[in-house]
Amino acid sequence: MSKVPADLKYTKSHEWVRTRADGTMEVGITDHAQHALGDLVFVEVPEAGRVVKAGEPCAVVESVKAASDVYAPLAGEVTAGNPKLSGEPETVNTDPYGEGWLMRLRPAPGALTGAALVSAADYQKVLEAEGG
Amino acid sequence: MRLPLFLFGGSLGRQTPLFKLHQELGARIVDFGGWDMPVQYSSQIGEHHAVRRAAGVFDVSHMCVVDLRGARVRGLLQQLLANDVAKLRTPGKALYSCMLNERGGVIDDTIVYYLSDSWFRAVVNAGTRDKDLAWIRRYAQASGVEVTERTDLAMLAIQGPEGRAKAVQLLTPAGAGAALALPTFVGREVGGWFVARTGYTGEDGFEIMMPVGDAMPAWRKLNSLGVASCGLGARDTLRLEAGMNLYGNDMDESTQPYESGLGWTVALEPPDRQFIGREALAAIARAGSPRKLVGLLLEDRGVLRTHQRVVIPGGGEGEITSGTFSPTLERSIAFARVPAGSGDAVQVDIRGKLLNARVVKPPFVRFGQSLIGLSKGPS
Repeated sequence: MSKVPADLKYTKSHEWVRTRADGTMEVGITDHAQHALGDLVFVEVPEAGRVVKAGEPCAVVESVKAASDVYAPLAGEVTAGNPKLSGEPETVNTDPYGEGWLMRLRPAPGALTGAALVSAADYQKVLEAEGG
Repeated sequence: MRLPLFLFGGSLGRQTPLFKLHQELGARIVDFGGWDMPVQYSSQIGEHHAVRRAAGVFDVSHMCVVDLRGARVRGLLQQLLANDVAKLRTPGKALYSCMLNERGGVIDDTIVYYLSDSWFRAVVNAGTRDKDLAWIRRYAQASGVEVTERTDLAMLAIQGPEGRAKAVQLLTPAGAGAALALPTFVGREVGGWFVARTGYTGEDGFEIMMPVGDAMPAWRKLNSLGVASCGLGARDTLRLEAGMNLYGNDMDESTQPYESGLGWTVALEPPDRQFIGREALAAIARAGSPRKLVGLLLEDRGVLRTHQRVVIPGGGEGEITSGTFSPTLERSIAFARVPAGSGDAVQVDIRGKLLNARVVKPPFVRFGQSLIGLSKGPS
C-alpha cells in the first residue's frame, strides 16, 4: 500500500504539492508513482526562473525501463530545482515526499484557485480506482 | 505524469507454467510478445547486480523449443539458416544463427543444438513463434523432417558467477559432475533434463529445459540456495551490456545481418551451400553494407532510448535500436544503426537536445567487468 500523506495536495496524475512557509509550493511525485516507475536513474528538473503553465511537462524522471514527463500541478515561476537529484536520482525512490522533491514554484496570481488539486482522501480514491 | 502500464490480475496473454509462482513472489507482470511475463520482482537494478555478482534465475519458458527429427534434418537446417550447421560435429554443441527470408531480412534469430544426425533442437523467440513454425514446416515437409513444438518443457536460465555451482545442486552428484563438465555453448541430457551452458547475460551459467512439472520446485530450491528471482527487465539490461541483439529491436525482417552486427553469423563459405537469403547477402557482402550497428556510450547525462535519432557530424543520421541505463557502468549505453562511414563521435537527439555519445565496440560488459574505457565521466 503506497503512502499518501494527509497534509499534501495531489494531482490525479500522481504529483504532490506542499505549501511552504514562504508561500512557494514544493512539487514531487507520489510514492505510488515512484513505485510504479521502479529504480530511477536520471532526473531532469527545471531551472529557477522558468515560467510554467499548469499541466505543462516541466521535469523528466527516467527509470531503467522508461522516461516519464512530470506535469506542473499549477502555473507559476520555478524558484528552485532540487540540485541533489542530478547525482542521486534514487532519492525520489527512497524519500518521494521529502528529500526527493523535484522543484519549488511561486504560484502565478490566481493559480491556486484554478488548480485541479485534490485532497489526500480523493487521491487515495484515484489509486483505488486504478487498482493500485 | 503518465505511469507505465502493468497488468494487475486477470490474464491477457499466454502464461508459462511458472506464472502463479511469479505472482506469489510479487512480480510485476507485463505483456511480452503476447505472454504475461514478470518484468521485475523487487528491484530491476538489484536483480541485474545479483546476476553480475552472484546468481539469478529467469523464467524463459515463453521461448519456443522446437525438435526437428529426420534423416535429412542437417540439410534442412543448412537451407534454413544463414550460419552453417556443418560446423556442429560434437553432440550437444550449439550454434547461433539467423533465419532469413529471400531478401536477406531476419525472420528470427535462434540457437540450434545438434543432438544426433537425425535430431536437432532449435530455440526461437516467443513473439515470432507462429511465423517461425510456419516457415520451418513449409520447408520441412519436402525434407521429410518432423517438427515438434516442445510445449511439455519449461526453461529456466540460471546465470551469474555462482550460477552453475548453485544450479547443479538441483541434480544428483553424478548429474552435477556431468553438468559442470560441459564446455561453453554445449548442452546434454542430465537426469531427464536438458542442461546447456548458454545464456543471454554475458555471465557463465546454464539454461535448463525440464518437464513443466519440475519447474516450480526447481525455482523454489534455487531461491532457497540464494539465487535471486530475476525478471525480463534485468534480462534486457544484462543482454545489452553483453552486446547481444534483441529480435524486433536490433533486427527484424526489414534489416539484414550485416547492418545488425550479425555478419559474423553468416557463413558464405562453402560457396555451394544454397541457404535462403544467400543471394541477397552475397550481393551486400560484395558491395559493402551501407549501414552498420554500433555500440554507443553516452558522454553527457541522460538515458539513450530506442528510436532516438542519431546525428552524425558532417551529415547523415542513424537511429538507436536498443538503449538503456547500464547498472554495471552507471552510464547510458545503446546499439544504434548508423551509416557505414560514421566516425567515433556522434550526437543523439534526446527531447530536442543534442547530447554527445561515443561509438564503442560491444560487448560493454563481460563476466562482471567493464570492457570499455570510461575515462570521461558524464558532465
